[in-house]
Amino acid sequence: MAAVDDIRASSDTLFESRAARRKANMGQYIRWSLLFLGGIMMVMPIVYMLSTSLKWPHEIYDVSLIPKEPHLENYTFVLEDGRFYGWFINSLIIATITTISNVLFDSLVGYTLCKFRFPGRYIIFIAILSTLMIPTEMLVIPWYLMSQSFGWLDTHWGIMFPGLMTAFGTFLMKQFFETVPDDFIEAARIDGLNELQIWWTVAMPLVRPALAALAIFVFLGNWTAFIWPLIVTNSWDMYTLPVGLSTFADEADVAWELVMTGAAISTIPTLVVFLIFQRFIIRGVVMAGLKG
Amino acid sequence: MSNLNINQLVKTYGQTKVLHSIDLEIESGEFVVLVGPSGCGKSTTLRLIAGLEDVTSGTIEINGRVVNNLEPKDRDIAMVFQNYAIYPHMTVRKNIGFGLRSSKMSRADKDKRIDEIAGILGMTDLLSRKPSQLSGGQRQRVAIGRAMVRDPAVFLFDEPLSNLDAQLRTQMRLEIKKLHQRVGSTIIFVTHDQVEAMTMADRIVIMKDGYIQQIGTPSEVYHSPANTFVARFIGSPAMNMIPGVVTDGSVRLDGGATVPLNLQVANEREVTVGIRPEDLHPVDGPALISGAVSVREPLGHETLIYVGGPYGEIIAKADGRTPPEVGKTVNLGAASENIHVFDPESGVAFR
Repeated sequence: MAAVDDIRASSDTLFESRAARRKANMGQYIRWSLLFLGGIMMVMPIVYMLSTSLKWPHEIYDVSLIPKEPHLENYTFVLEDGRFYGWFINSLIIATITTISNVLFDSLVGYTLCKFRFPGRYIIFIAILSTLMIPTEMLVIPWYLMSQSFGWLDTHWGIMFPGLMTAFGTFLMKQFFETVPDDFIEAARIDGLNELQIWWTVAMPLVRPALAALAIFVFLGNWTAFIWPLIVTNSWDMYTLPVGLSTFADEADVAWELVMTGAAISTIPTLVVFLIFQRFIIRGVVMAGLKG
Repeated sequence: MSNLNINQLVKTYGQTKVLHSIDLEIESGEFVVLVGPSGCGKSTTLRLIAGLEDVTSGTIEINGRVVNNLEPKDRDIAMVFQNYAIYPHMTVRKNIGFGLRSSKMSRADKDKRIDEIAGILGMTDLLSRKPSQLSGGQRQRVAIGRAMVRDPAVFLFDEPLSNLDAQLRTQMRLEIKKLHQRVGSTIIFVTHDQVEAMTMADRIVIMKDGYIQQIGTPSEVYHSPANTFVARFIGSPAMNMIPGVVTDGSVRLDGGATVPLNLQVANEREVTVGIRPEDLHPVDGPALISGAVSVREPLGHETLIYVGGPYGEIIAKADGRTPPEVGKTVNLGAASENIHVFDPESGVAFR
């Protein structure tokens, strides 16, 4: 009798575990489906951009993904039109310089706010943070007046100056420097480094993932910036890529196939930047120098 | 020659006084351990010596020079941190050589010095590794190497062994002690572990609540503790404390037994009698204390027995092979030189 009970019990658990497994599988299916949908949503605009860049003008408003007569004429046109290179170079100069500047100065300020105790430290931090609440649209007029007074209109410097440091970057770096133990900094101080050397040789390498994230953010942000470069530039040879691409549209019509072609080419540097820096992000904060 | 001299050192954080006028003199080549429970001010003292915190009042002298207002790098000290603080992005060679960056040595001399230190620490094969490729003990050695490379007047160790597992801790303890015997530099070592303090120190400084309780050799603080705090802090398990009353220079315990001592204390004065578990054994003769065994803890070569009595549970040590049974009443006795007497209010030792 007892043996029968045992068998029944074990068969019960068998069925139970099967049901549980089925349930777990369902969960997996749902999870994968959601992720798949999310993935499609991310990729679609890019696919659509590439497909449009291969279409003829009369096909643009045809929603099909596969062009009926795919061709590379648009690419030839955009690349043969000399203006494109100028815009590309402008964007590259601006995005690179602002990225370097942000990585250096945001982290310098973030480090100071994080690791030094001085009166007013908290107020300064709050003041920097509160500028995050002011939208760009509100700032463009003061920026414009400023660049006009300084004679920076229609120059690289004029496009760059509002973004050379950002409150967001400062905040990000401050938060990351919190993860650097004070022991590292004090050890370096005892070893005779001055504060600037400590920041550069000790603290900075320890927050490399954050620097990489910041670099990607800033580079992409400036590469795709539109409103401010549009306002501050007047001549087409000072345009950045997004502003330049918008000139493929006139009052009557938008040459979407050319805009998309330009956009497709202009994603290349952003991909390169991302591929260079992502390995630092993925690696995570290195704390190997601390306890094992 | 005194190497480090601390005079009337006070440290306050806002309204809170964390160090109350500390005086300490350390000889050249001495291994001094600051020990105490957390919050006793031992790490603060070390950080003040290192120059990582500002002194509120008092002076710190290193090699006869007041260093209160000097930067850490100008104080001729090196420090090993609890977290080692070796840089994960640098190789062992670079980590060890880090302290030489600002020195005017030639590159060849620096390399020679690093190799020499690595040789002393047995790390010559590991010089090109990154910290992530090292074990906990090896990282600790790198941290020590980085401190040694500059040949400072004073080494400061801030609980460097507390992140290691028990076995490695014992091993590193020995290594640091050997290193000290070999190199002969002055070491100030902070720990909360009394075993570390006892085993490593030439002199122990026991601290509590920002006051120094006692300074002495391990044997002094163990055999003649200055007060009940030191008596209970040093030694494991902690010293038994039993109330008693003085009669004609002897002490009558609450349980009735009288301990013949030669005390110069007023009659009828209440005292606290302290006896270490390791000094208290089952005896056949007249008992100091007697009671029933409630718990036995075999340690192999001996057994700890917990004996219930009128003054709570008393711990004693019995033979490892034939300890008394649980529930059996035992008579415990101790040699009179191992009996400590304290003032019950101030905790100060009478003898």
